[in-house]
Amino acid sequence: MSHEHDHEKSGAASHRVTHLIEALERGGILTREKIDSTVEDFLAKAVPHNGKRAIARAWVDPAFKQRLLDNANIAVAELGIDLSHWSPVVLRAVENTPERHNVIVCTLCSCYPIALLGPSPAWYKSEAYRSQVVRDPRGVLAEFGFRPAESVRIDVWDSTADVRYLVIPMRPRGTEDLSEERLAELVTRDGMIGTAPI
Amino acid sequence: MRFSEGARVRTIFENPVGHTRLPAYLHGREGRIERLHPGLRQNLYTVVFAAGDVWGEDAPDNVSISADLYESYLNPA
Repeated sequence: MSHEHDHEKSGAASHRVTHLIEALERGGILTREKIDSTVEDFLAKAVPHNGKRAIARAWVDPAFKQRLLDNANIAVAELGIDLSHWSPVVLRAVENTPERHNVIVCTLCSCYPIALLGPSPAWYKSEAYRSQVVRDPRGVLAEFGFRPAESVRIDVWDSTADVRYLVIPMRPRGTEDLSEERLAELVTRDGMIGTAPI
Repeated sequence: MRFSEGARVRTIFENPVGHTRLPAYLHGREGRIERLHPGLRQNLYTVVFAAGDVWGEDAPDNVSISADLYESYLNPA
């Protein structure tokens, strides 16, 4: 797909959105102020600290980790992380182990667990990352300076609008004595995308 | 739900006009249902594909690719 074609498509889409907003305003259903305040409210709550807290809790509490793996929407609500403004998105956590490494991508657009990680980095939205990580994940991870052993299976999660993924990295060695708060400080955005170890 | 966990499925081979949430590289590919997501806009399934079943012989070893696909994109394999 050419770069120009991408722009044409997004131009047409933004045109449609503009018309839709105008129609909703004319009908007295929605105002621009309401849209702006909703977006601002969402972004204020969408901070990477949310994801870091969830990972740290999963590291110290195996029962919480299991709940996070089974139903992440409900599990993060225990931490006071409210995803109701984000619904009906399903949040799915996938766990790294010594035998398995997970990495997330959205090949169709740029779906991302923004409520847990904050706005995504530019490279996550790049055509290069999106097209290559499904074809050659080890090569892409190596470009990030990360080389999992050949024996480690790589699971790539190609997200769409309905389900957003969060990687639970392996807890680093030598952190047995750290508090949950200190552990949360060790967690990185790229670790939760899966392009870096912790 | 039409499919259960562990079922083998094959994605449809469509070339739609307009928007789809079936990525082009996953058209006509065989995979396994890994998780069910009932009652979204349409029943949705997490489907796991072995890289070799997506890219062919020169695919990387020990790699899987998963995608969340609507029921209408799937047929029994």
